[in-house]
Amino acid sequence: MKEGFRQAMAWLHTWAGLVFGWLLFAIFLTGTLSYFKEEITQWTQPEIVPHEVSDAVAAERGQQWLQANAPDAKRWFIRLPDERNPDIALTYSPANGGFERKSLDSVSGQPVQGRESMGGEFFYRFHFQLQMPHPWGRWLASVAAMVMFVALISGIITHKKIFKEFFTFRPRKGQRTWLDGHNAVAVLILPFHLMITYSSLVIFMTMVMPASILTTYGSNTSAFFDDLFPAFKSAPPVSETAPLASIVPMLEVAAQKWDGARVGLITVNNPGKANATVALGSNGADHIPHEPGTSLVFNGVTGELTQQSSMTAASLLLAGGMYGLHMGHFAGTLLRWLYFFAGIGGTAMIATGLVIWLGKRRLKHAKSGVLPFELKLVEMLNVASMSGLMLAVVSFFWANRMLPVSLAARSDWEVKTFFCIWGLALLHAFGRVFFRDGRTAWREQLILAAALYCLLPVLDMLTAGSYLWGSIRQGQWTLAALDLTALATGIFLAWGAFRFRGEGQSVIASKLTPTGSSRKQDSRQTLTGGSELAREGVSEGTTVQEAR
Amino acid sequence: MDAAMAPGPVPEKRPRAPKKSGAGEVSMRWRLAVASRVLAAVIGGYLLASLASVCLAYFLPLLFQSSRAEAAVLSMTLSFLFYLPAVLWCFACRTALRAWLGLLVPSAVLGAVYGCARWLV
Repeated sequence: MKEGFRQAMAWLHTWAGLVFGWLLFAIFLTGTLSYFKEEITQWTQPEIVPHEVSDAVAAERGQQWLQANAPDAKRWFIRLPDERNPDIALTYSPANGGFERKSLDSVSGQPVQGRESMGGEFFYRFHFQLQMPHPWGRWLASVAAMVMFVALISGIITHKKIFKEFFTFRPRKGQRTWLDGHNAVAVLILPFHLMITYSSLVIFMTMVMPASILTTYGSNTSAFFDDLFPAFKSAPPVSETAPLASIVPMLEVAAQKWDGARVGLITVNNPGKANATVALGSNGADHIPHEPGTSLVFNGVTGELTQQSSMTAASLLLAGGMYGLHMGHFAGTLLRWLYFFAGIGGTAMIATGLVIWLGKRRLKHAKSGVLPFELKLVEMLNVASMSGLMLAVVSFFWANRMLPVSLAARSDWEVKTFFCIWGLALLHAFGRVFFRDGRTAWREQLILAAALYCLLPVLDMLTAGSYLWGSIRQGQWTLAALDLTALATGIFLAWGAFRFRGEGQSVIASKLTPTGSSRKQDSRQTLTGGSELAREGVSEGTTVQEAR
Repeated sequence: MDAAMAPGPVPEKRPRAPKKSGAGEVSMRWRLAVASRVLAAVIGGYLLASLASVCLAYFLPLLFQSSRAEAAVLSMTLSFLFYLPAVLWCFACRTALRAWLGLLVPSAVLGAVYGCARWLV
């Protein structure tokens, strides 16, 4: 019974992982990039130079600009600059609906004349909206998250000797190495995998699991959000007008109430009207839980503090804590890099899983050397979703530096470049896998990607070198760090391309040396159970013989 | 699928109920059984998780001092912990019928408990 259960879980792990693996790879890779969302945006808009500005000055400048340029908006949002965001970000909803965004230079208080680019926001949005219309992308991402959760837990159940195999890594043994790598990277950062997967479900829980809101609040679901986030509640504007009080004294009140914790977001409801309110939210970098409900609300005309709310209930801390851990706003430089590498680990776990799925089935066809259609399809999708996505990501950065700054709808063109390159990579993978072989597809895409990543710093120096040197002279390493990360990625991809040198499958097969010791080691592999091992052992043997 | 091109004496690992028609060939019956399990996992699991969260949101404020908004948040947060075993059950049990029964019966119980509580209180 126990073995049967484990086998069923192995089956579930295998197929859930395959069907959603490509999508999950894309979500994990772009999600990993999102940990450096602000830094990527700084790179894509190097014109916006960070300056030290006090919150009061920044709030004052934001308020002035909005009063002059959006006096009849229903709502203003002012995001103050901090160590990761150089600009004052203004968002307002004009009377005719929708949202307008403007980024102000924190020193001059004027809109920045930067190139138009979504920057890190693009990867961030893509990783949960998947460039699909609202709300379908979020739903698909949530379904993928649930499948990831199932795959994780079924993978853990499948994995009998979790501790022992953690120390087992047998390099250059083809299929074994991939499996060891898959297990090691999965176990090493298992807490991260569980946290990131479960929290992604929690983030969208009010959308995907709303039954309890409906039964508690009936059809009036906005009452639920008003209960949770009183600061976001806004009355309809009245017709009487009254000048808005200055925000600066409110910041001083917040500094007292919050014991020095910074203000992150300022929300002004009905600015310029007699019933205007100002809500201050805390800066997410100062605490782990995501606390949108922690706020101070002021009367917008008199400037009096009218309401203060906090999120201290245990259930809100639990949900907000998971949310906050997922977003990682609180992380400093070192922790942020740890998040980044953990994200890469998750991406690598998915990638190795996909490679293992195909590699195992490929062994059965080693003799004939011809893959059946469905395996070719999987190989094509593997190539396009992994190396193809790497190409698409780097092409986004290339487009940012190559497209003319004055081009109309410039940021749309960057996004179009991303998807066009991804589509071309899919076409290329199709042609190579179906009419030549998969190794060529991998090799060619990886070589191109390696070249583009390695040359990105060169491109940056040629097209935006003055910003780069300027930032380094100021002691700002963000731009240089992104260039160096691209270079490291390029070197890694070049190594990957090198591993795919030569034709056919004999290279991997010849790495398998069925000597006594490795046989013994092989018998330790229990991920797939004994019967699978027996078959694999046989097919590996035949491959090796053939290679000789 | 995998088994279609995996002949040989070695049995495939998969939910145990399916029977294969011939050597290595996957029968239509098996495919339908897998599809039924997937549907049970997705729909039945969602139903169970939703009803569990509904019950939690209803009973938590009665048992502990918590506002209804907090209870709703907690119930949604925990609902995925009901979804997960439901999905695993669907692929671990012996037949597709059991998969459905194993989710629909607890769902009916939870629904009945919630319905009675609403009706009585």
